[in-house]
Amino acid sequence: MAEIIVRNLRKEFGDFTAVQSSSFKIEDGEFFMLLGPSGCGKTTTLRMIAGLELPTSGEIFIDGEEVGQKPASQRDIAFVFQMFALYPHMNVRKNISYPLVSQGMPAAEQQAKVQEVAQILGIEDILDKPVGGLSGGDRQRVALGRAIVRNPKCFLMDEPLGALDAEFREHMAEELRSLHDRMKATTVYVTHDQLEAMQMGDKIVVMNQGVVEQFGVPQDIYDKPASMFVAEFIGSPSMNFLKAHANLAAGATEVTLHHQSLSVPSLREPFDGDVVYGVRPEHIRFDEAAGYRGEVIATEYLGTTQIVTLQTHNGLLKARIASDQPAKVGETVGLEFDGRTVSLFDQQTGRALRTALNEGVLSHG
Amino acid sequence: MAEVELSGVSKAFGATAALTNVDLKIPDGAFMVLLGPTGAGKTTTLRLIAGLDRPDAGDIRIDGQSVLDLAPAERDVAMVFQQYSLYPHLTVRDNLAFPLRSPRLQTPQEEIERKVREVAEVLSISSKLDNKATALSGGEMQRVSIGRALVRDPVIHLMDEPLSSLDAKLRSDLRVELKRIQANLGTTMLYVTHDQIEAMTMATHVGVLDQGRLVQVGSPREIYEDPVSQYVAGRLGLPRINLLPADLFAGAPSEAVTIGLRPEHIHQGDGKPSTVVRVERLGDQTRLHLILEGHEITTLTDVHTDLEPGDVVAIEPRNPLYFDAAGDRLSHQHA
Repeated sequence: MAEIIVRNLRKEFGDFTAVQSSSFKIEDGEFFMLLGPSGCGKTTTLRMIAGLELPTSGEIFIDGEEVGQKPASQRDIAFVFQMFALYPHMNVRKNISYPLVSQGMPAAEQQAKVQEVAQILGIEDILDKPVGGLSGGDRQRVALGRAIVRNPKCFLMDEPLGALDAEFREHMAEELRSLHDRMKATTVYVTHDQLEAMQMGDKIVVMNQGVVEQFGVPQDIYDKPASMFVAEFIGSPSMNFLKAHANLAAGATEVTLHHQSLSVPSLREPFDGDVVYGVRPEHIRFDEAAGYRGEVIATEYLGTTQIVTLQTHNGLLKARIASDQPAKVGETVGLEFDGRTVSLFDQQTGRALRTALNEGVLSHG
Repeated sequence: MAEVELSGVSKAFGATAALTNVDLKIPDGAFMVLLGPTGAGKTTTLRLIAGLDRPDAGDIRIDGQSVLDLAPAERDVAMVFQQYSLYPHLTVRDNLAFPLRSPRLQTPQEEIERKVREVAEVLSISSKLDNKATALSGGEMQRVSIGRALVRDPVIHLMDEPLSSLDAKLRSDLRVELKRIQANLGTTMLYVTHDQIEAMTMATHVGVLDQGRLVQVGSPREIYEDPVSQYVAGRLGLPRINLLPADLFAGAPSEAVTIGLRPEHIHQGDGKPSTVVRVERLGDQTRLHLILEGHEITTLTDVHTDLEPGDVVAIEPRNPLYFDAAGDRLSHQHA
C-alpha cells in the first residue's frame, strides 16, 4: 500500500521530450488512470514510476521515499503488461508461485499464498492445469495472480485489457475494479480508452504530447474540461465545439452565436477573440421555440437514447436525445442548450476560460 | 443494387455446424447487420454469399437468380475483411483505383479519378493518396480497404467487422459515414459485427445469430424493445439487461422463470430495498451497481447523484420482460 507523488517529472529520449514536466499525487489505495492518445507519454510516465526508465529530471516519491533514480528491484512494485507473459512450460500454480520461489519463501508459506490469491481471483479449480490451454480471461487472471501474490506496494498496469475483444474487456474491467475494491492496493493504470478510464478510475490524469492536460476525478474532468483536448478526448460522442468571435467582459453570462444569445456560466475573466462554445451532446434539447436552429442530417439509434447529427451555422453538432423523440433527416429543428453546463475555450490556445462552472476545478488543476 | 435471399442454408465444417437452416432476406437497399458473438456463424454467412464457401444445403439467390454455381468474381459482390488486404507495392491511389481498372468494367480514366478522390475524401485519406500502402498506420490501411470496396458499385457490399481495428473516435466517425454513404448510394449492405453499437446505429435491419441459427430479424428498435428471447435481449443495450429469477419481484406471470430488467424498466424510490455496491460515473451517464438479495443489478441514475456505496435504494420493475424456462419471451408480455 503506498502513496505516490510525482513532481516535475521529465524524460527526454535524445531530442525528443516524451514527458515535459508532470506533477500529480496518487493517494494510498487509489485506482489511478494515466489516459491519453498514443505517444502522449503515459507509458513512459508509468515506466519511470516502475523504474524501467530513469527520469531526465524530477522526483518520484513512493511512501515518502524518493525513488526516481533507484532500480526497479528496489521499489517493491508489480508490473502487469499488455501482453500477459506467462511461463508456457509451467502450470498455473507454478506460474503464480514463481515470484515467491525466487524470493526464497518456504514452500508451505508459498502454497498458502497461492491458494489465497487463487481464491481472490476465482481460479482455484485450474491451479494444476498447464497455462497453454487456458482461455484469454484465465490467462489474464493468472498474470494478475502472479502480480498480486508478492503483496507489492502498488500495481502498475500498462493497458492490460488492450488485447481483448470489446465484450470481454468490459467484463474484465469490472472484475479488475472489484478486485481492487477488495484489495485496496494502489494501482496505476495506463490506457488510451477514455471509457475504461472513466469506468474504473478514482482519479484520472489526461496527458497529451508529454504534458499533463488535466488531473482530477472522472466526473469533474468530464463536466469541467481544462482544455479543448480534454473535452474532445473524453466522452463519446465528444463535446460539440461551436466557433464564434466574441468580446466578453468578466461577469458576462451570454455569448452570441449566429445572432442568437446563448446563456453560459458567468465568466470569471474578460475575453476578446475567437471563442469556442463547448456543449455536450446530452445537454442539447429540441425545442421549436428556440432561435438557434440546425438541420438533422443523421440519426443513430442507441436503445434508450439516440444520437442526432445536425448541421448548424457554426458547424456540425451531435445531440443525444431520448429515442422516442422524433428526429427526421432533412428537418430543421430549434436547439436549446443547457447553459449551466457549457464550457468556453480560447480557440487559439485551446485553454478553457474560467467561469462559475469550472473555477473550483481549474484553480487546483 | 439487389435483393439477396438465403433459404434453408446450412453449412458444417467437419462436425461443427456453422449455420443451421438459415432463411434470410436482405431487401434491396437495406443495411443489414448480422449480430452475434464469436462463433455464431456471421462470417460464414458472408463467405457463402461471396462464394468463398459453398453451402451444404439450401439456396442463395441474388435478384431471384440462384448464384450457387457462380464463381466469386461472377457474383459481383464486394467484400471487406476484418484484416486489411492491400497491394503493398501500390500507392493508396492505385489500391483504390484497382477494382475500377478491371477489364470487365471499362471505367473511363476521369471517372476513376473522380471516384477515388470522392472516396478518399469521405474516409479522410486524401492527403495519403500518393503514399505506398505499407507506409500507412493500421487504421489508415483499413480505411483504404473499405474505400476499395466503396469505389465499386456491386450488387451487395459484404463487410466483416471492418471497424474493429480502428480507435474509438475514428470508429464513431466512420459509422456515420458508412451509413450516410450506404443511404445515398442505395447500396445493399450486409455487415457483420459483434459490436452492438454498430448494429444499433447503422442498421436498417438487424439479424441476431445464435450458434448458427438466425433467431430474430427486425429493426434495431424491434430487437431492443421486443426481443423474442433472453439471448436476443442480452445482445443489445448498455448497461446490459439484468436477468434475474422471476420470483424476486411480485407480479410475475406463473410461467415466467426469468425477469429481464433494462435500466428503463427499473423504477427507483419504491419497492424492495437494494444496496449500492458501486457508483460508476461515465460522464454522460452514471451507473448504479446494486445488490438485491444476493443478485447483482446494474442500472442508471441521475448523472450527479450523491448516492454512495452502502446506501439503500428501493427498486421495483416497470413493464419488464419475462422469459420462460427455455429462455423464450412470454408472448403476452409487451414492454
